Amino acid sequence: MRVKLENLTKIFPNKKNSGEVIAVNNFDFEIPDGTLIGLLGPSGCGKSTTLFMLSGLLKPSSGHIYFGDEDVTNLPPEKRGVGLVFQNYALYPHMSVKQNIMFPLQNQKMGKSEMMARVVEAAKLVQIDELLERKPSELSGGQQQRVAIARALVKSPNVLLLDEPLSNLDARLRLQTREEIRRIQRDTKVTTIFVTHDQEEAMSISDYIVVMKKGVVQQIDVPQKVYDEPINLFVAKFLGTPPINVFKGRIENNQLFIGEEMITKYKADDQLVYVGIRPEGFIVDANGPLSGEFKSLEVMGRDSSVVSTNPNSESPIIRSIVPSDQEIAPDEKGKVHFFVKPKKFFIFNADTEERIFEKE
Amino acid sequence: MVDSRQQWKAWLYLLPALILLAVFTVYPIINTVKIALLEGYQPLGAMGGELYAFGFSNFSKVIHYKDFLTCLKNTVILCVTTVPLSCFLALIVAVCLNSIKYLGKVLQTIYFLPYVTNTIAIGMVFAMMFNIVGLTAVNADTYQGALQVYNIYTNSQGEHIGYVAQSWGIINNIIQAFGGNPINWINAGVNINRPGANTYIANITVMIVYIVWNALPFKILILLGGLQGVNKQYYDAAKIDGASKWRVFWRITCPLLSPMIAYVVITGFIGGFKEYSSVVGIFGEDMGPAGNGSLMTIVGYIYKAISSNNYGTASAASLILFGIILLVTLVNLYVSSKKVHY
Repeated sequence: MRVKLENLTKIFPNKKNSGEVIAVNNFDFEIPDGTLIGLLGPSGCGKSTTLFMLSGLLKPSSGHIYFGDEDVTNLPPEKRGVGLVFQNYALYPHMSVKQNIMFPLQNQKMGKSEMMARVVEAAKLVQIDELLERKPSELSGGQQQRVAIARALVKSPNVLLLDEPLSNLDARLRLQTREEIRRIQRDTKVTTIFVTHDQEEAMSISDYIVVMKKGVVQQIDVPQKVYDEPINLFVAKFLGTPPINVFKGRIENNQLFIGEEMITKYKADDQLVYVGIRPEGFIVDANGPLSGEFKSLEVMGRDSSVVSTNPNSESPIIRSIVPSDQEIAPDEKGKVHFFVKPKKFFIFNADTEERIFEKE
Repeated sequence: MVDSRQQWKAWLYLLPALILLAVFTVYPIINTVKIALLEGYQPLGAMGGELYAFGFSNFSKVIHYKDFLTCLKNTVILCVTTVPLSCFLALIVAVCLNSIKYLGKVLQTIYFLPYVTNTIAIGMVFAMMFNIVGLTAVNADTYQGALQVYNIYTNSQGEHIGYVAQSWGIINNIIQAFGGNPINWINAGVNINRPGANTYIANITVMIVYIVWNALPFKILILLGGLQGVNKQYYDAAKIDGASKWRVFWRITCPLLSPMIAYVVITGFIGGFKEYSSVVGIFGEDMGPAGNGSLMTIVGYIYKAISSNNYGTASAASLILFGIILLVTLVNLYVSSKKVHY
């Protein structure tokens, strides 16, 4: 089902100074039917608040939510037909897996045999049909996660909502489970919105990523686009591992400088800027315009990572990833030199931190 | 874990409590068993070096004593009525208190107040509320009131004189305000000679009301504590799943609270079998009318036996009471092991 958020805003009263905290500010977005959306942002950015407003557990302060053409803003959760998977799953500890999955169906008028059939169907979908008689405490974290998803899916929801679904799993299981979520979503074609603070997770399975910061949506796009064309410094910094390298720089006479080094030509007005360069955006070359004091070389098999420092870098070190078959040797002054790949660096205004695009 | 070289310190700290327990709990238990098994034991005689034969006559005396069965009946009636009732009411109150946003803390304090008040004092207040019924003579022929006229007789002038009940207690006043006849809740030395007046049911009702009321605060406290420990997400999940409030209560709240519910039921039964001071608080030391309508409980029986120097039967009755409580508790534990979900 198509989901539309219209100027969605949530304001919480601040108890400490009787002021207000704007948790979500004017969220405007239309989610196409059957897509998987990742709400991404650091903690406190309002992504879970958005999710809970979609579920109906929280009432928006203003704005509207539409499921299809229906305005559900004032509908209680049970009438919205949403499935919600909580961060810590919230499986009822006293019920078996079967009872847990069946619980949403028992609240509707439904025959016993139909209920059982749907429970088994949902359990098969998430591959826990062997575990129906167990109690949640007898399951591993990953299995509990699947039960929670089955419980959310069993009533064929219009929208499936997942709150940090992978954060309680260990690293290997996380990788496996996120593929699983993607598969289940493809199988059921249910419009799915999930919340995460892990950019890799969001990038790997979402159709669209919504990057949020302090309640304000920064950028909405397909994952690769958000990575390749970040709209501001925050988005650029938030996506990518290892993170983007940020330098202080300036534009002078349509040339980009980091310190006194002229990196490249760049048609824009003269101003102070931040330069973000992706780790894979460096080409090590003795003639390169950008220099760094060589610190170490970390070999990671397929690639190596060159660690160096530069006085204009925002972070203590610059990390650049190069193919491991390339020989890296600092010059007699202990420096390495880089060219910067044209599509792998971004210029942001030093004050607004907004992206500065090159003039045509 | 405590380092083994430091263990003597742990024992040292435990020592005061251990000494007190040994003197005031362990020794009396052993002594009770001893006394119960000695025939015709007298403390003065024992101090004088008299020896008593070993036997079970104390137990058989207790069991064959007619009033003991009355005591047992009273105790069991009080237990099986008050424990489920108070647990159920406490659960309702706790759930309500937990769902109140404002004034919650104030109300919690108010509901807890009975717990810190003296049983005897509150008993006397209850006695006043259920107060005494008196009789007023009326002319049965001209009486216009709604009350039933009892014991009508013809006096020397040939008038028909009868009696109507009069009451001071607030409960009877309420009953009268709704047009009912006052009930003789508490036999406090007033004989109203009502034909076939058996006050036992009224009397035991007062006890049940009082004990339930008195037992509520502790149970509410425990259940409220349990409720506040329940993760709110279960309720959110149930809301998303479209469960009605009633279903949430039965399928989520109750099972999640089951350890606390088991706790208040078990301690409720243990306390119920030891009921004594509440009866004394309302009905005085004699614990209600003599004979059939007596409200004597097992503990009351034990105290009475002690005060009449029957240490042997008192000890035997204590052990019987212990046996009953043990049995009931084991049954409780067995049932809760099937029903408690952790």
